[in-house]
Amino acid sequence: MSSSSLSVQGLAKRYGDFVALAPTDLVVADGEFLTLLGPSGSGKTTLLSLLAGLVPPDEGSVRIGSQDVTYAPPYERDIGVVFQNYALFPHMTIEENIAFPLKMRKVPAAEAKRRAGEALEMVHLPHIAGRYPRELSGGQQQRVALARCMVYKPSIILMDEPLGALDKKLREHMQLEIKRLHRELGTTVVYVTHDQEEAMTMSNRICLMNAGRIEQLGTPADLYFRPRSLFVADFLGESNILPAALRSRSGDEVEIGLGTLGVSGRALANGNELPPGTEVRVMVRPQNLTVARKGGNTPDELQGRVSEVMVTGSLTKVYMEPLDGKLPPLVAAFPTRNDDDAVRIDDVLTLSWSGRDAVVIADKIADAARAAGTA
Amino acid sequence: MSGQTVTMTHAPDAKRHSPPPAWRKPVLMGAPLVLLLVGFLVFPVGQLLALSVYNGQGFTLAPYAQLFASSLYVTVLWITLKISLATTLVAVVAAYPIAYLISIAKGPAKSRLIFWVLLSFWTSFLVRAFAWVVILGRNGVVNSTLMSLGIIDRPLDLLYGFGAVLAGMVHAMLPLAVMTMLAVMENIDRTLPRAAGTLGARPGTAFWTVYFPLSLPGVAASAIMVFVSAIGFFIVPALLGGRKETMITQLIIDQVQQTLNWGLAGAISVLLLTVVLVVFVLYDRVFGFASLTGESAVVRNRDTAMRRLGGRVLGMLGSASDTAIGLLPRRHPIRGRAEHPLALTGFVWLLLALISLPAFLMIPLSFGKGGLAWPPSGFTLQWYQQLLDSPIWMQALWRSIVVAFGTGLLAMAIGVPAAFLMVRSQMRGKGAMLAFILSPIVVPRMIIAVGMFYVFAQMGLVGTILGLVIGHTVVAVPYVVMTMMAVLRNYDTRLDMAAQSLGARPLAALRHVTFPILGAGMLSSFLFAFATSFDELTISLFSSGGLSATLPKQFWDEVTLQVSPVVAAVSTGLLLFVATLIYVADRLRRRSLAG
Ligand SMILES: Nc1ncnc2c1ncn2[C@@H]1O[C@H](COP(=O)(O)OP(=O)(O)O)[C@@H](O)[C@H]1O
Ligand SMILES: [Mg+2]
Repeated sequence: MSSSSLSVQGLAKRYGDFVALAPTDLVVADGEFLTLLGPSGSGKTTLLSLLAGLVPPDEGSVRIGSQDVTYAPPYERDIGVVFQNYALFPHMTIEENIAFPLKMRKVPAAEAKRRAGEALEMVHLPHIAGRYPRELSGGQQQRVALARCMVYKPSIILMDEPLGALDKKLREHMQLEIKRLHRELGTTVVYVTHDQEEAMTMSNRICLMNAGRIEQLGTPADLYFRPRSLFVADFLGESNILPAALRSRSGDEVEIGLGTLGVSGRALANGNELPPGTEVRVMVRPQNLTVARKGGNTPDELQGRVSEVMVTGSLTKVYMEPLDGKLPPLVAAFPTRNDDDAVRIDDVLTLSWSGRDAVVIADKIADAARAAGTA
Repeated sequence: MSGQTVTMTHAPDAKRHSPPPAWRKPVLMGAPLVLLLVGFLVFPVGQLLALSVYNGQGFTLAPYAQLFASSLYVTVLWITLKISLATTLVAVVAAYPIAYLISIAKGPAKSRLIFWVLLSFWTSFLVRAFAWVVILGRNGVVNSTLMSLGIIDRPLDLLYGFGAVLAGMVHAMLPLAVMTMLAVMENIDRTLPRAAGTLGARPGTAFWTVYFPLSLPGVAASAIMVFVSAIGFFIVPALLGGRKETMITQLIIDQVQQTLNWGLAGAISVLLLTVVLVVFVLYDRVFGFASLTGESAVVRNRDTAMRRLGGRVLGMLGSASDTAIGLLPRRHPIRGRAEHPLALTGFVWLLLALISLPAFLMIPLSFGKGGLAWPPSGFTLQWYQQLLDSPIWMQALWRSIVVAFGTGLLAMAIGVPAAFLMVRSQMRGKGAMLAFILSPIVVPRMIIAVGMFYVFAQMGLVGTILGLVIGHTVVAVPYVVMTMMAVLRNYDTRLDMAAQSLGARPLAALRHVTFPILGAGMLSSFLFAFATSFDELTISLFSSGGLSATLPKQFWDEVTLQVSPVVAAVSTGLLLFVATLIYVADRLRRRSLAG
């Protein structure tokens, strides 16, 4: 078996009174690349350790393929784990490290050696077989850890922040490498990171965790453009979140009113079935806000005074205070141009957006409750 | 004149611009320690060794002729090696599960385990050795228990034999073996055995092929520490051994105290030192000295036949353990794999009870009317009364406290800068320097003590507090340096730079930032030196002179000449003192960690 689906039902873990993982359901499809994303302490490692069998759960079950492995020890699960600090055995050579899982599976020594060599080729390090882990750089150790995990073709690979200790450039390179290996081997991968960009670039689906529970599960685009909660909207990149009142609905879009000056706009309902008049929030990503010098002066347009302009290389970001004091500060982003007519501080700009790029978030109450610490 | 002019015109400039010479700081930091060791270790030991080939008139080999003329000395050397090796083997094997359990335990369970090991570690060697006299004697615990159960009708001769010596030696060395091993085991990454599990290794295989090889440097370090301590030990064989268990250190004492044959004492010392050095050189070849300070040893051998054979043996041990584990009734599949197997915990607590109990036997005896015979009968405070009324004991106690304080302060003053130097500076020859600093541990204590006695006698230091403080500092300072080095290695030096960048001069940074953070480590170094001195007997045996005994010397005189139940009262007092000390040190450490 080269890959296998993984399913988790009602899985929970407590340390004393502290809930590290609330009862959780999750299904990972065959060959999928699923990322557990979330702030530090949100329970990612806990969930991963439960999948690996490194800690026993308090409730619930774990199935790999058709087998219930909830209480099976790690060595009976046919999984591979890449640990954050790589966990290479310091007293074994690289070759012995990689051959270790094969030896445990009683593969004859000669074949184990051959396959270890192949695994090293796969991570582009064929020349270091005889060295010891401490003689390698961080990036090389990382790749050896990957090779050791892939050499026995486990049905599922679990990785806990495997690139956390590498610098940015190497990290980006290794992201591509891991993607390539995933494609070539077709293994199911559950990947942990707290870096939202990494999650977005690598995953088929992202499972965003917060305070020991799943906040939202979906494709990167789902989470980025259609967040179900303020937490999600906030966690994945910059966003503008505006208080709004629902006015009317047409198809999957709604008409909304913002603030006190009669500004109006459109947004995706995002599956929320709410009566007109409901107080909600609307999220628009900075790059989806269009800015223009002075519009037609109609009262339903949103206007803001520029408070800061930042050129971040490819993007220019403009921070604004809406003229309607009831609305929070806003940020818009657009490609940096070689432009004489540049935006300056204290300019007044008009903002608009397409209804497809804004989304209603209706979980104000749930969020407030969570913020108050009832988690 | 012109020279003076030049100096005057350039002085302010020089003060502002030229950096202090690069050699000045390391020399200031390292010199006191080097001077101490050269003056009071190298010189005395050198003198003693020289005495074996120089008889006042010229070169002679007569002492060596005497040494090899009869088989006595070689036989005693052989006995010494045999006892030391047996002690090492048993102590290391027994220490392994204890150290292992401590290294994987967490929270209060860990503190409890460490407390009991430390209690034994710090309880006077004398008290612990003497306890065995009470256990194994004709009217001792074992004999009276067996008699009252009707299993035997005449007391067995348990004392004064190889068994008694081995029991006493293992008991004396076990805590040292645990502590040394623990330093390495604590640094083994706990994820490695778990990683082995995810790669398909069963628990037995994960232990033998991953954890055990990584713990080997700790085993080796502990073995050599125990072996070297054992080979220079005389308390246990003197109290518990018969004539067939005489160890070589006892012969040296005889030569110095009875026959005053310095030449022969020197020759025996050369013999002993040679054995120890051979052992150390072998050790350094295989493991490297660095592993003694808790750093993991560098793997030196690449792909050798030895290594492959070792790998195969460990693999087989792993499979065998897994088969054995498989035969056990399987408990709840995943909870059964708990990291604290019940059997191991039970076994370790049994060992800890065994090493703690002997000293505790002194408590009931100290309140009993029947002297030192077991079981104690009646209740009396008369031994304590005698103790308090005895000017000899009280003076010995006072002298020991003063000497221990002096030793603690002097060892810190000399050892802490040296530790800074060893950890912070990039000087060459650090390895050699470290070996030199550790040499008071390497050289058998008896040789140091006798050499020192010879030198002190010439300097009029015998019987003085200063002499004892210097002598004890020599043997305590390596522990201070090692403890402080371990502490400093974990200390983030950027904090100092931050302090200096905020305007603190180096000394102010030291006072306001470095020392407060290192406080707990410094306190434990101080206590280490204090306790080493407080329990030191070998140097005091000679250098305290006849009349100004320290507490251990007084205890020794008492148990070797006439045994009075007062020693049970003293033992109880010492036990209480040590327990309090450990408790207070632990509280202070926690407070400093919390703050
Ligand atoms: N062995 C443990 N004992 C007590 N609390 C733990 C233990 N392991 C994890 N936790 C707690 O559980 C929470 C989730 O931890 P973890 O899963 O490691 O988070 P993440 O990997 O998302 O940063 C944290 O608050 C952590 O302190
Ligand atoms: Mg984590």
